[in-house]
Amino acid sequence: MIMPVGVVLILVYGLYKKVKVFEVFTEGAVEGLHTLYMIIPTITGLIVAVEMLRASGGIDLLCTLAQPAADLLGFPKEVVPMAVLRPVSGSGATALLVDIFERYGTDSAAGKIASVLAGSTDTTVYAVTVYFGSVGITNTRHTLPVGLAADLTAFLMSVLLIGYN
Amino acid sequence: MTNYIWAFMIIISVLCSFFTGKTEQLSSALLCGAEKAVQLLIKLFGAVVFWSGIMKIAEKSGLTLKLVHILSPLLSKLFPELDRDSEAFGSICMNVSANLLGIGNAATPFGLKAMSEMQKQNQDKTTATNSMVTFVVMNTASMQLIPTTIGYLRQSYGSKEPFAVIPYVIAASACALAVAVVLSLTFNRWSLWK
Repeated sequence: MIMPVGVVLILVYGLYKKVKVFEVFTEGAVEGLHTLYMIIPTITGLIVAVEMLRASGGIDLLCTLAQPAADLLGFPKEVVPMAVLRPVSGSGATALLVDIFERYGTDSAAGKIASVLAGSTDTTVYAVTVYFGSVGITNTRHTLPVGLAADLTAFLMSVLLIGYN
Repeated sequence: MTNYIWAFMIIISVLCSFFTGKTEQLSSALLCGAEKAVQLLIKLFGAVVFWSGIMKIAEKSGLTLKLVHILSPLLSKLFPELDRDSEAFGSICMNVSANLLGIGNAATPFGLKAMSEMQKQNQDKTTATNSMVTFVVMNTASMQLIPTTIGYLRQSYGSKEPFAVIPYVIAASACALAVAVVLSLTFNRWSLWK
């Protein structure tokens, strides 16, 4: 509902300010097309890599590797695969979240922790690649480590807030 | 960084498939992945083209400038290098507002616009500027004011209290956002040679 209202507000204000709304709209849309053109290679490259990693069992391997650290933090093992997949694939993480809901129930501890995790994190690797890929920047400096540190914070918080009460 | 991660993901998956015996699935994933990428692009296509057009209207009518006035006291501290009147700063304000309101598919087009504006002022076209790092990092932390999507998802899977987790989601994402911003500003200051 918020989206149509926002669009209407922008349009009405534009008309009020005597902006040629449709002409300006198409002008902006062309710029959008150019941006899209720039991110096609980035998205294709990244998604192929993520799909390959999932199909090969690489995600499962990462989960096994992350397990000792997760145990140490009291992070439930049901949620580990989702936490590992979350930074690289939004749709993949949602599929795993639904799987947790169906297997353990939405109101179980695992279900709640997974919910908080899904709501408070974003697809970090995807965002970093797409945003920097769109302008052709290869040296992203400290972006990825900091982004992943933020994800880790959200993981820890989800366990602290749900797991221990 | 992205170079290594990307190569690492593909190399690991090929090595992995030898151990797990999922070489068949790997080959099909290679093709399906490319297909999925196209599907995602088609999904993005409409949103990016539409919102880029709408944003241009907001910009020409001076609405973006009003938003900048509201958000600039806070955001100018996070982006000290950017001029408040610049298009880059305006696009960042639009992106942050869309994120806060939870309009994810509008936030991305605004964000891409902000990146291309920041790139115009960038001296070294292959290296990220401090503002770019802070901006992308903020986008990787979820910054929605009222995260309703997860509530609806829980409801559709039969939760008795679908929205009970929302305060926790807000708390967790606020912490994540704070960590992201503080760390990125700290590292920005450290790399003074930039």
